[in-house]
Amino acid sequence: MDLRFTDDERAFRQEVRDWIDANLPADTRERLAAGRTPTKEMQLNWQKKLNAKGWCVPHWPAEWGGRSDWSAIKRFILLEELQGTPAPIPLGFNCNMLGPVLIAFGTEEQKKFFLPKLANLDLWFCQGFSEPGAGSDLASLKTRAVREGDHYIVNGQKTWTTLAQYADWIFLLVRTNPEATKQQEGISFLVVEMNTPGITVRPIITIDGAHEVNEVFFDDVKVPVANLVGTEHRGWDCAKFLLSNERTGQARVGASKDRMRRLKLIAQNAPGGERPMIEDSRFRERLVEVEVQLKALEMTTMRVLADENRQLSERKPNPASSVLKIRGTEIQQSISDLYVMAAGPYGMVGADPDGDRWNEPELAPEWATLAQPTYFNWRKQTIYGGSTEIQKNIMAKAFLGL
Amino acid sequence: MDFDLSEDQRLLQDSLTKLLADKYKFEDRKRYLKSATYWSQEMWEAYADLGLLGLPFAEEDGGFGAGPVEVMLMAEAMGSAITLEPWLATVVMGGGFIRHGASAAQRAAMVPQIVAGKLKLAFGYTEPQSRHDLHDVATTAKKDGAGWVLEGRKGVVLHGDVADHIIVTARTGGARRDKSGIGVFLVPANAKGVTRRGYPTTDGLRGAEITLDHVSLPAEALLGDAGNGLALVDRVMDETIAALAGEALGAMDALQKLTLDYLKTRKQFGRPIGTFQSLQHRAAEMMVSLEEARSMAMLAAMMAGEADALERRRQMSAVKVQIGRSGKFIGQSAIQLHGGIAMTMEYLGGHYFKRLTTIDTMFGDADHHLTQLMAMGGLNQAA
Repeated sequence: MDLRFTDDERAFRQEVRDWIDANLPADTRERLAAGRTPTKEMQLNWQKKLNAKGWCVPHWPAEWGGRSDWSAIKRFILLEELQGTPAPIPLGFNCNMLGPVLIAFGTEEQKKFFLPKLANLDLWFCQGFSEPGAGSDLASLKTRAVREGDHYIVNGQKTWTTLAQYADWIFLLVRTNPEATKQQEGISFLVVEMNTPGITVRPIITIDGAHEVNEVFFDDVKVPVANLVGTEHRGWDCAKFLLSNERTGQARVGASKDRMRRLKLIAQNAPGGERPMIEDSRFRERLVEVEVQLKALEMTTMRVLADENRQLSERKPNPASSVLKIRGTEIQQSISDLYVMAAGPYGMVGADPDGDRWNEPELAPEWATLAQPTYFNWRKQTIYGGSTEIQKNIMAKAFLGL
Repeated sequence: MDFDLSEDQRLLQDSLTKLLADKYKFEDRKRYLKSATYWSQEMWEAYADLGLLGLPFAEEDGGFGAGPVEVMLMAEAMGSAITLEPWLATVVMGGGFIRHGASAAQRAAMVPQIVAGKLKLAFGYTEPQSRHDLHDVATTAKKDGAGWVLEGRKGVVLHGDVADHIIVTARTGGARRDKSGIGVFLVPANAKGVTRRGYPTTDGLRGAEITLDHVSLPAEALLGDAGNGLALVDRVMDETIAALAGEALGAMDALQKLTLDYLKTRKQFGRPIGTFQSLQHRAAEMMVSLEEARSMAMLAAMMAGEADALERRRQMSAVKVQIGRSGKFIGQSAIQLHGGIAMTMEYLGGHYFKRLTTIDTMFGDADHHLTQLMAMGGLNQAA
């Protein structure tokens, strides 16, 4: 048992850090450091640079641009450095969701057409899973696809579609066989161009004022049968595969460590009565408590990584992986709460949405104006990707035998 | 990075796990509790035969030169059986002071005795007023020619009732709560002026109140530096916390399994209670807490030998916070999920709960270590 990084791994971390420093545009770095998400242009520009370097999809097979010579630990180091700088990370919909599904289930034509474009962000994909009536109970989805000759005709509605306003394509779960005895068995997995006639995107503004998610309506949308991924009616296999991939990224340890480092610096200067906020014992206690939780999460991530590093045949389901989603998201929420406390009354000054400049000249530092919106927005983390309660159901079945 | 055990480590773990499965069932433990020493002399000898009493000592001193990982594995196995013997007191704590503070001559005299199971040690640091503060020392050590005279009282000394030597902190200079001016002394339990009163602790182990009334000691009784003993104490305490984290993990893991078994077999409303979602979710939360503790016990094993004392102290305080929090949550949840049965002396579950409670209390509880960590500026530096 030796939990230290090897010299090679440490050297790789330095290489990544130096490369990011030399290549990440200053405006992207500043925007992310303040706690904002990258603009579409920033994401496009950065992902293309990463891809040219060969660092965008290291977890894919070598023939599709992956780095099969990399260990899981090396991949984690890259991700942690990106999250910790912070720099934009490769678009999850493309690289961690659809890409691996196509590699596992796609036709040769689909792989050739899509995979290079996914890695290079030549096509921006969004995810069409949730529906107004199908949240945690995803398999109850109703969006219908009826086969007519060489096409499916799609009708229905998707919701919570993240960044659909940027997307060129959407990957979609649709019901192709409503008669199936089990509802999981009548679902298919399609990819659809967003500019197909009959698709309407309507923004959903979340409580932080942001336009991040959307409703997507399908009204007699014609989709070529060639856009079916995997076997008809077996789309649930793709969905399950997609949801089980790369759990170590979900914990977002690198991002949380970076947010904590910045918070400590902020709290050294933020007014906390007679002394700076960092000397407020209640605040400090909460801060240190989160640090301990984050350390436990980091160590747990390492354990899961060491497992992912094994040959597939030697792997056992590791209960530690369930900890990652549950605690990782709780910790991110706790940190966002600490930022709200650190900001105090000037945290009530709203952050200006992009393009609007109501905080000029500055009333409160940008981090303070973003504290409450981020706190509002991050309530989503324990809801999406399988809510905390769904995770506990999964644990009870998969690991506890209940 | 490698979380796998070596072949030797696996063998060691297997041999103790087998021994305990065979000789340390709940019924055996009840019997050991009623023996003259309140623990099992027979098991103590069996540990000696397996080499467990010599694990961390250097080979040139007569030990086996094992590291913190081996110690953690042993402690984990002992935690799952809630063993009663003075292993932590003698080998980890007492042994720590001998390894890091004793002279070569003292090591040559004592280590083979410890390894053979013939010498037991204890560490007295708590005083009536000190709570968890290791530096709060009212016991005095005054220079007397070449030697020392000790005066004072040490409380809740783990296995202090049976130890052949008691290692104590005593003030050689400065005021009661100064961090300097503390020395560490090796006191023979039969020295003139030493009186002790043994009693059971709430977990079934043994404590003792030790009174030092004008106890004269030779110069070599001082272990390490006369004025800077606290650094030695910190080092040994950190190793002890690492071992304790292993023991806590063993107890939590066993208690979690016991609870899951119960959830699958106990029926109410016509079905196993483990089919009810509210209970499933609590069991899932126990598992999250257990895995966090496991991760931090591994961190403890990795950091116990860290040379940078401040960095080591930080990490070990974080470990102790986690062990305390997890132990409390798993212990309380286990009893709640069982219901009344786990409140009885006749049922194993409650005994794990009690041990986890004393583990949190020992060497500073979670809140104490959180405060320590705050004073050290937290785990990580600001950006």
